[in-house]
Amino acid sequence: MRNMANYRLRKGYDIRIEGQAEKILETAPFPAAVGLYASDFYGMAPKALVDGGERVKVGTPLWHDRRRESLVVASPVSGTVAEVRRGARRALEAVIVRTDGKQQAAKSAPPPKRTGPSNRKEIISALCASGLFPLIRQRPFGTVADPLAEPRDIFVTAMDTSPLAPDQELILRGREREFRRGIEVLAALTTGKVHICTAGGMELDSHTSGLENIEHHQFTGPHPAGNAGVHIHHVAPIKGVDDVVWHCTAQGAILLGRYFITNIPSFEVTVAVAGSAAADRRHVRTLIGAEISSFARPNDSSSPVRYISGNVLTGRNAGADGFLGFSDSLVSLIPEARGKKFLGWLALGFSLESVSASFISRFLPRRRFSIDSNRNGSVRAFVATGIYERLLPMDILPSFLLKSILAGDIEEMEKLGILEVTPEDFALCEYACPSKTDIQRIIRDGIGLMLKETGETE
Amino acid sequence: MKTRGRIRSMFEKGGSLERLWPLLDAAETFLFRLPARTSGGAHIRDAYDLKRMMMIVVLALFPCMAFGTYNVGYQFYASAGIAAGHLDCLIKGLWVVVPLYAVTFAVGGFWEAFFALVRGEEINEGFFVTGTLIPLVMPPTIPLWQLALAVSFGVVLGKELFGGTGMNVFNPALVSRAFLFFAYPKSISGAGVWVLKGDRMVDAVSGATPLHLGIEPVGDIVPYLSSNGFDFWRMFSGLEPGSIGETSVIAILMGAALLLVTRVASWRIMLSVFAGGAAMALLCNAFAPSPASMLALPAHYHFVMGGFAFGAVFMATDPVSAAGTNAGKFIYGFLIGVLAVLVRTLNPAYPEGMMLAILFMNLFSPLIDYMVVRLNMRRRRLRAAG
Repeated sequence: MRNMANYRLRKGYDIRIEGQAEKILETAPFPAAVGLYASDFYGMAPKALVDGGERVKVGTPLWHDRRRESLVVASPVSGTVAEVRRGARRALEAVIVRTDGKQQAAKSAPPPKRTGPSNRKEIISALCASGLFPLIRQRPFGTVADPLAEPRDIFVTAMDTSPLAPDQELILRGREREFRRGIEVLAALTTGKVHICTAGGMELDSHTSGLENIEHHQFTGPHPAGNAGVHIHHVAPIKGVDDVVWHCTAQGAILLGRYFITNIPSFEVTVAVAGSAAADRRHVRTLIGAEISSFARPNDSSSPVRYISGNVLTGRNAGADGFLGFSDSLVSLIPEARGKKFLGWLALGFSLESVSASFISRFLPRRRFSIDSNRNGSVRAFVATGIYERLLPMDILPSFLLKSILAGDIEEMEKLGILEVTPEDFALCEYACPSKTDIQRIIRDGIGLMLKETGETE
Repeated sequence: MKTRGRIRSMFEKGGSLERLWPLLDAAETFLFRLPARTSGGAHIRDAYDLKRMMMIVVLALFPCMAFGTYNVGYQFYASAGIAAGHLDCLIKGLWVVVPLYAVTFAVGGFWEAFFALVRGEEINEGFFVTGTLIPLVMPPTIPLWQLALAVSFGVVLGKELFGGTGMNVFNPALVSRAFLFFAYPKSISGAGVWVLKGDRMVDAVSGATPLHLGIEPVGDIVPYLSSNGFDFWRMFSGLEPGSIGETSVIAILMGAALLLVTRVASWRIMLSVFAGGAAMALLCNAFAPSPASMLALPAHYHFVMGGFAFGAVFMATDPVSAAGTNAGKFIYGFLIGVLAVLVRTLNPAYPEGMMLAILFMNLFSPLIDYMVVRLNMRRRRLRAAG
């Protein structure tokens, strides 16, 4: 492994939100049900393979991609399918499995013992069959990786700068061997390099010493300095539609490694329970797709709470009876907005969080704020306030990229950098936007348009 | 609560006053921060919104407004040769400025509401800043009916025809001023309009602005201005004839400090307007035929005369009509400074070049952005190739 540069990013912002999870790790009670959402697998066209009432085991495929049938989403538990939820035009939305607690594994061939470029195909088919392959994502566009693609490089994101993010050290602690094996597996999938990106000052030598074609990059700076898109942009940018790069999280790498060590797919992850409305803010070991209520509960049951799987900028509003998302390692509980505030725009703002410096809170940099789900203003026309430009640490002109998407101008979008971004990279801009524009949706629409144009369906 | 619910239902879809819904909405969002929840996308949103941004600009204009009001009264009594107290000056000033604001907000508010109702959109707060600015760039003697026309022109042609707040090419307040400048030049240019005059006039007082005197100085320009009562510090403090809000650099700097601390206005634009003005002034100094020429006026005199400082801080920085790219803001601001000084020094017909410089650069800001965007694309393409 080679230690590479330390990137110091100045643009961005750390939202001063209250409710960080404590650095404690517990094992959560085994969930009574798990659910997997089709929307967590962007770029897949799901076709359900199970019906309600059917028995499934750990690793049993729940659905596959219509065009690439080897690409499957598998059950993380053994039990009975409780519901196959469908939306408009019978599109698959989610599959919910009632667990039996036995965790019987489905029969499958074990993954190859030796991992190297020579048996890349075997590794990929084993990963696909296990249901773990969708842990790997692909750029451009941030879709689930295409098993048929040959990535130029693979990025491993071993840091998280998003609001209330889980503790990376806690995720990796005691998992060094699995992480190392995961990196070996990933290294076999590319002819290029595996770039491991961590926060500044993080030591990796003990995890990955002696491995070939691995580079370690350190990123220092406010959110979104921890985003894969930002890392790729600075280390080895996407050059065109066909310049494919894969990326996965450290947690993802651990799951891949564990599978190659134990020969059984495991879906056990470390998740932070955070947010000002959450009781017992801590880290827990649970399963991908676990019922959120099995490990998180609100600290005040009398007032409405928003259950978010993921972080407060990009996560899914899962509801009290929702499930942990496939790639999420955080559940955030925040208060729902309630009550009018008289002359709110005149407030001095001792307790209002803002990127702008227009509230007194600006001068209380150490304070943390309880932030609810209030939109804090009405939707207005775009005004070039210069705020987005301060929040995106890439050589991309955010307002102009957004305008080109609104205009549907594919050529301009590409020249302005749509290939390098995903909605999460713009989530902070959306948070700070004084016009309350849905910026992530605009980026998503732009990516959808590009995918359609380049011949793939959404 | 019940009554409010009943009133509300009259304005909602199907109610008898459905078409007037934007009025109720405007009143409600003005009074309350409504508990509208986020849905889809980010679950939390910054406490900052456009309304807050505009209120900060309005707040930043308060010192100019207060000093300008005082100065109107001060100039009035000075021209009459009366030694009046501060309170008298302020009361006389209010007597002039309050009607100007009343007319501006009545007319502007009418047009905003009218267009919102026609479009069925929410009334937005865009006119707050424009409406606060307009009286400040007017001479105190402006007839109210002309002001009403100017406001209508600025709001309707300067903004609404382009699609409303956020879509306009020109700064609407400057469009209003430019309208008067070309339609009723006698009311807004020349030497006679900048001081409110009573029946009694002291002969020695001309009422001309320092910029006017600068056109044809008798002797070296700086001593000449000084001999007419316009030394640097007097102009810095603002006790001089001029548009209501533009005279006091002290008041303007107070506003600028608020705009910069809150980052509501772009420091890039402000800084580069002054840099451009200074560069052009130095160039003019180098080519000045004699010290008795406007060309010989030092840069720091340009900054305290006329609307230069006011324009740099409050007009050039309007985010809607300015360049949007960071690099573009430097170019945009610099050229405003250059043009303003150029017009002042070389074109005696328009002693005040700031308004024209900003409007001209408003027109060019999309072009500047276009060039900056192309450069970004080129850099990105080269990086991808390399």
